[in-house]
Amino acid sequence: MEVKILSEHYHKDDFQGLTGYKANGGYEMLKKAFTMKPQEIIDLVKAAGLRGRGGAGFPTGVKWGFLPDNGEPRYLLCNADEGEPGTFKDREMMERAPHQLVEGMIISAFAIGSKKSYIYIRGEYDDSINSCRQAIKEAYDAGLLGKNIMGSGFDHDMDVYCGAGAYICGEETGMISSLEGKKGQPKLKPPFPAVQGYLGKPTIVNNVETLASVIYILRDGVDAYRKYGTEKSPGTKLFSVSGNVVKPGNYEVPLGYPLKDLIFDLCGGLKPGRKLKAVIPGGSSAPILTAEEAMVATLDYENLAQHGSMLGSGAVMVIDDSNCMVDLLGVTLHFYHHESCGQCTPCREGTGWLDKIVHSILDGKGRLQDIDLMDEVAGHMMGRTICALSDAAAMPTLSFLKKFRDEFEFYVREGRSKVKGQAHAQM
Amino acid sequence: MFQLSPAGIDFVKTELNRYETKRSAILPCLYKVQEENGGWVSPEAVNHLADVMDIPAAHINEVLYFYTMYNKKPVGRLHVQVCATISCAMNGARELAKHICDKYQVKEGEISDDGMVTVTKVECLGSCGTAPMMQIGNAYYENLTKESAIEVIEDLKKKSTNQ
Ligand SMILES: Cc1cc2nc3c(=O)[nH]c(=O)nc-3n(C[C@H](O)[C@H](O)[C@H](O)COP(=O)(O)O)c2cc1C
Ligand code: SF4
Ligand code: FES
Repeated sequence: MEVKILSEHYHKDDFQGLTGYKANGGYEMLKKAFTMKPQEIIDLVKAAGLRGRGGAGFPTGVKWGFLPDNGEPRYLLCNADEGEPGTFKDREMMERAPHQLVEGMIISAFAIGSKKSYIYIRGEYDDSINSCRQAIKEAYDAGLLGKNIMGSGFDHDMDVYCGAGAYICGEETGMISSLEGKKGQPKLKPPFPAVQGYLGKPTIVNNVETLASVIYILRDGVDAYRKYGTEKSPGTKLFSVSGNVVKPGNYEVPLGYPLKDLIFDLCGGLKPGRKLKAVIPGGSSAPILTAEEAMVATLDYENLAQHGSMLGSGAVMVIDDSNCMVDLLGVTLHFYHHESCGQCTPCREGTGWLDKIVHSILDGKGRLQDIDLMDEVAGHMMGRTICALSDAAAMPTLSFLKKFRDEFEFYVREGRSKVKGQAHAQM
Repeated sequence: MFQLSPAGIDFVKTELNRYETKRSAILPCLYKVQEENGGWVSPEAVNHLADVMDIPAAHINEVLYFYTMYNKKPVGRLHVQVCATISCAMNGARELAKHICDKYQVKEGEISDDGMVTVTKVECLGSCGTAPMMQIGNAYYENLTKESAIEVIEDLKKKSTNQ
């Protein structure tokens, strides 16, 4: 069963506009927030145990607590870059419920004492850009943004900033560089953005879904929020399901929900005659699960970690037995090679090598030692770089090679895929 | 010689005052230049923009070459971008891209003889649940088949030549 909190009103056509949003309780929690002290809101978010929905799962209230008390202006950045392959949940929220994001952001900005925020949206998301701009405009016209919001004495300005096509701008320090009008290259941490971010000022970066969730923590309180999910993964989460299921789409379920039920109940299972082969549970950076693992895994941070994978952005990619794993790793490595920003040698060279080797296997020119070579190259890419993109390329590689090694060996030996009818589909 | 229209100049002026620093205006202004320069950003256009913005051309070039949505060379009037990342690849995206290339007799990244079509394979566009998909201009076209994709392109071609 889905539990629709964030997505409760998605199906209503008028929910996009301010009138429809307000008719369904919109901006009531902003009003409530203004009756509280900022620190009370931070404590509430901490107690609810909300974890960042952008990929890393870092506790949101804890992050907010890192802001230094030095009187400098603080910025709030909403990460709407949504570039992790398989992820399309933020797009749906921005298109169907942009005010939900705007309200969540104003409440969060009030909690952290920020007078200026940006929604950084990937440039391709034209509909999201337009709906967020429209929502911000409506909010200004209704006195929900600008000076002295709702008579609270709190001032806040919000704007949309559009990316221009670079996955790495989803990484928070890359995003900050991009917003500063530079190439989107990540910076070494520490200092963390909360201490030194946009223009060197304290900056909080949170995902779209994270910021919207704050509204419902305020509305329902800690106990009701924690009624869903597990001890370490409280609440509901949006999952983007794609690949080979009958009904792909976004589904909101409590964390801890069985992956099997998501695939076979909510998403209608696989096409007739197909068998489950593997599942990538958290975006293409997450290590792959075999069908056996997928049948017992649950969708929470701790269970997926036990299976050697991660919840990531909540992008579940379902792979049936018609797919060749060598081919899918080829597609994945092409992505990371293309998206590496090139600053760190292990990442720049490593993604290049991996992409080249897997494609030489796919071209029928592979040697058995290439499989070990890929393993070794990927091993050297972990934990040595400025940002986590390098690890994000290495982790799928290591897991594909470990769990589907026989397909790689078959490809090298025979010069063709082990999966019937799978030609090398590159053009 | 490329020159921004009066409306384009106004846009740049507004953007220059919109953010905390002038430099943040580079990304939005490059979109404007691309729009007014027939879909790509030429070296002369960069110099012109640097003059209008009064910032070093090197800062603009740094941005231009980093981001994929700015075209560094001319493209056809319809820039057909087919996502070929994992969920789309599993649903026939590469075969779709090849089909479109064959239909318009172009190689990936090149312009068809009539100047109308450029096909490129791009990375995940956040439309993975409605794969395969393509983006043309600002619009997404989802749940495509080979036939429906060609229909969309033919339709846009007609509209574009009637303009
Ligand atoms: C290569 C890379 C790409 C990322 N892409 C995104 C993204 O598209 N959206 C997002 O919200 N977070 C992304 N992140 C995570 C951000 O760096 C950051 O942790 C997140 O926005 C924090 O928000 P949260 O705590 O609310 O999750 C990415 C991280 C890395 C290393
Ligand atoms: S790890 Fe890769 S993407 Fe990240 S900063 Fe280094 S080179 Fe750039
Ligand atoms: S994989 Fe094609 S849109 Fe995401």
